[in-house]
Amino acid sequence: MGDKPALPPPTKVFSDTLELIINPFFDNGGTDKGLFWQIWASLQRVGLGFSLSAIVGVGLGILIGSNAKIYSAIDPIFQVLRTVPPLAWLPISLAALKENEPSAIFVIFITAIWPIIINTAVGVQQVPQDYRNVSRVLQLSKREYFFSILLPAAAPYIFSGLRIGIGLAWLAIVAAEMLLGGVGIGFFIWDAWNSSLISEIILALIYIGLVGLLLDRFVGLVSQLVVAEDK
Amino acid sequence: MQALASPQTLHPHLKPDPFLVVENVSKVYPTKTGDYTVLDGVNLTVYEGEFVCVIGHSGCGKTTLLDTISGFRKPTEGEVRLQGRRITKPGPDRMVVFQNYALLPWKSAFENVYLAVNAAFPDKPKAEKKEIVRDHLAMVGLEESAHKKPGQLSGGMKQRVAIARALSIRPQVLILDEPFGALDAITKEELQEELLKIWQDHRVTILMITHDIDEALFLADRIVMMTNGPAAKVGEELSIPFARPRNRAHLLEDPEYYNLRNYALDYLYNRYAHDDDE
Repeated sequence: MGDKPALPPPTKVFSDTLELIINPFFDNGGTDKGLFWQIWASLQRVGLGFSLSAIVGVGLGILIGSNAKIYSAIDPIFQVLRTVPPLAWLPISLAALKENEPSAIFVIFITAIWPIIINTAVGVQQVPQDYRNVSRVLQLSKREYFFSILLPAAAPYIFSGLRIGIGLAWLAIVAAEMLLGGVGIGFFIWDAWNSSLISEIILALIYIGLVGLLLDRFVGLVSQLVVAEDK
Repeated sequence: MQALASPQTLHPHLKPDPFLVVENVSKVYPTKTGDYTVLDGVNLTVYEGEFVCVIGHSGCGKTTLLDTISGFRKPTEGEVRLQGRRITKPGPDRMVVFQNYALLPWKSAFENVYLAVNAAFPDKPKAEKKEIVRDHLAMVGLEESAHKKPGQLSGGMKQRVAIARALSIRPQVLILDEPFGALDAITKEELQEELLKIWQDHRVTILMITHDIDEALFLADRIVMMTNGPAAKVGEELSIPFARPRNRAHLLEDPEYYNLRNYALDYLYNRYAHDDDE
């Protein structure tokens, strides 16, 4: 590469990107689409990958948290795996899945799942002894215990895991798309960099931040609706 | 003094055959520095319909004793029998009112009681189960607050829900672990009177831990005083002779009340004073 493009001042960023700001819905085919469509494509990938990791993560977390021995055996493995950076999974998933699209979703899945598993397992272990005793003295069925006691008691932990997970998923998708291409806010940035359109990159960064904030608030809102106020 | 509870001194309302029997129960926990004996050969017989209070210093193993009766802990030696059947695990026939209520915070008062009723009587029609819940919430004066979550209820109201939940499943023995310890004096007296009324109406056998001697004197047919832990056992039993229904004001004018009170205090604070706090 030759000379790196210069960093534009805020006024120039604004004037350069005005067209993109006021018209987020254009679609000229291929990857030449408005920012709404770029972000929408990324959100769809995150939605799919994150949903998978939420289902599998909560399920595994409950399984692992319910058994102290399994938990002590497996927890160290999770602690190692969760520190692997999202993009380090990309070559592996490309090698295994061959296609770009499922690989991107797998990267989201594998990035978001660790905090979900770990928090859910901790939540299951934290079910207060009093509630377990209530269940024992009433001889509640396994099913009744699961839905009436275990799940609601662990819900605050599960949701904090989901909240961390969605943040990580959004971080990972942008990076993954940069490498994989196609429509999406990550590739939009990469494309802009190759065309030396620094102003567009700055605008995309702002949008990514805002969307990340909205995602976090969204999970927070769901959690408020679902989790009973304590005490 | 009344320091005897042989069947001859039983209250007239009791049947003479033993209902709940704690026989030679010991509980030993192995620790790194050797075995730690919490209970050492506890014997206790409770008759059907009796109201028994267990008092003793904190750390004397009262809760451990109650846990072997409710079935949460297994005795190292000895056994507990209810109507001749050995107790091996918790069950709804020995319902517990837990020290800190143990209501599920995500369920309303109604739903908390319904959970118990539904578990105890799975085959009853839904309408009948709901009726049972409503009756028991009304019994403790909470029909207005049935829809409230525990977080919206005061300590006394939470304890009322816990009592309603416990009685709704028709236990043979009601076990209460310092149920009124966290309540203010007025609420405490109110609930004691309600508990007495419920006990008289339901004819349930009650075993209750407390370290409030006045509470025990007001409520119980018999007070069981435990020796200090470790290796606690039943020290003495006091039969409480006051006629029922009891009236707190009359009780406080009775010289016998103070005799018994002083006797129990003397037992706890002089003869079994705590020399070292655990």
